[in-house]
Amino acid sequence: MKLNLREHLEGYLFISPWILGMVLFALGPILASFGLAFTRWNLFTEPEYVGWANFQKLAHDPLFYKSVFNTIYYTVFAVPLGLVLALGLAMLVNHRLRGVNFFRTAFFLPNVVAGIAMLLLWKWLFDPNFGLINLFLDWTGLMAVFEWIGIGRPQWISSRAGAMPGMIFMSIWGLGGSMMIFLAGLQNIPRELIEAAELDGAGPWKRFRYVTVPLLTPTIFFLTMVGVIASLQIFNQAYVMTQGGPAHATLFYVLYLFQTAFERFQMGYACAMALVLFVITLIVSLIQLAMGKKWVHYQ
Amino acid sequence: MSSASGDNLSLRRQLILYAALSFLAFWFLVPFAWMLITSIKTPDEVFSRLLPSVLRLANFVEIFNQPTLPFGRYFLNSTIITVFGTGASLFASSIVAYAFARLNFFGRDVLFVAVLSTMMLPAAVTMIPTFVLFQKLGWVDTFLPFLVPACTGNAFQIFFLRQFFKTLPIDLIDAARIDGCSNLRICLSIAMPLAKPTLATLAILSFLSLWNDFMGPLIYLHSNEKRTLALGLNAFAGMYGTQWHLLMAASVVATVPILVVFFMGQRYFERGLVMTGMKA
Repeated sequence: MKLNLREHLEGYLFISPWILGMVLFALGPILASFGLAFTRWNLFTEPEYVGWANFQKLAHDPLFYKSVFNTIYYTVFAVPLGLVLALGLAMLVNHRLRGVNFFRTAFFLPNVVAGIAMLLLWKWLFDPNFGLINLFLDWTGLMAVFEWIGIGRPQWISSRAGAMPGMIFMSIWGLGGSMMIFLAGLQNIPRELIEAAELDGAGPWKRFRYVTVPLLTPTIFFLTMVGVIASLQIFNQAYVMTQGGPAHATLFYVLYLFQTAFERFQMGYACAMALVLFVITLIVSLIQLAMGKKWVHYQ
Repeated sequence: MSSASGDNLSLRRQLILYAALSFLAFWFLVPFAWMLITSIKTPDEVFSRLLPSVLRLANFVEIFNQPTLPFGRYFLNSTIITVFGTGASLFASSIVAYAFARLNFFGRDVLFVAVLSTMMLPAAVTMIPTFVLFQKLGWVDTFLPFLVPACTGNAFQIFFLRQFFKTLPIDLIDAARIDGCSNLRICLSIAMPLAKPTLATLAILSFLSLWNDFMGPLIYLHSNEKRTLALGLNAFAGMYGTQWHLLMAASVVATVPILVVFFMGQRYFERGLVMTGMKA
């Protein structure tokens, strides 16, 4: 189709807000990051070119390694755990029961209201002396179990050992979003397929393993992808509840980046960290895409 | 609902299911209940009684009346950022999405791939240079770092609106064109009104993410009277950390708008979530 200049111009006029935003708030900042990462700059003086010094410093920064380790640790446990439990819940609420919508909403609600209020609430729930979790363990006598296996009174996010398990435990509470997406996936599975497998003599486990799961692989793939990217950027939880402590046990990558930039004003160093995050995210996503080709079945 | 199992569940299985669901729902809802119950307790009863003996609404009055942290102001600030941010970005996204769906111009499909790729870009990567830009412009400690980027649309919204606009029948648009409507007119008075359900869904998602945004306000808003509710609540926790009854009352205040929006638009919200999952 032959278009005249006017039509081209009109198209660009329509998308001009996006082009402006893309240049000013995405492309420009990324390019600026590449420049700033090679400088030393505290925001108040002029940036000073230092070559690869920031990256060399990063390679010898124990807190950098700690934050990478913590972020991976959290991702490796929270994402798969969340997916498995979300799928379980989705299968439970996929039954045709009276009032099942109430339960769907109940499981989904924490995911919706996920704000600072909820983090403050959880900080209190985790409090070793005044938190509901330990109070509950006291009231029911379950605290004895913890003492018997040698953990003693759990200190949750107030202790180095309990901080990360506490964060992962808390993430389970927010799995409602994944549950709803799994539910939609389950409802898209043609009923005939399940019935055919049943007629062929497949029991519940085999139907699940060989019919449901393969048909859900696109959903599982999507949720893994999104979950990993989100989890690599975890920030609010640690900032509000632990400030990265105790003893850096919850120092996540973006929290360390934030502290470097906005508390220590090492802008050049922080930009180097941002670039490393960009590269890590890219590599992780590409690996997942490549692996996805092997196990994701599209109908 | 093609494969929802259990049209003919036995009574026994139904009972087991209800028991399991109730047990799980209890654990998901208990933190909310604890927040709500504590917010109406007297300080003495926070730990001494499970349920309050009197309903103490004075906690809510107290948090709005304490002089250091103006919660009314925070509430207003969050509302301004959320409402204007949502409105501006949906309007801009609609126009951009209409062009991607319905107009022909050079490089359109390549540019659309660029839209998709910005959706994957971690915010932390652009955070520092963007801050430097806004600082040079003198926009730190104003709402402009939230409102101006909103006017350039949002990649996620552009993607979903484009998908919707592509489904509009071509006849409808041709008819309008024959009647002499300009493309902008068609977009504003035909396409956008038809996109109301999609716009409602995106509005709810945008409302929640702006209302709950913490890192943005943390970076840009420094003076007390510019704080949003999320920032104010965090400051409140620092100041009244162990006055649980007040902290929980403040948390309830910050949470109620989210619950209201969620229950008003639950249908759209769930649709939005499924839409998100289906784009894969």
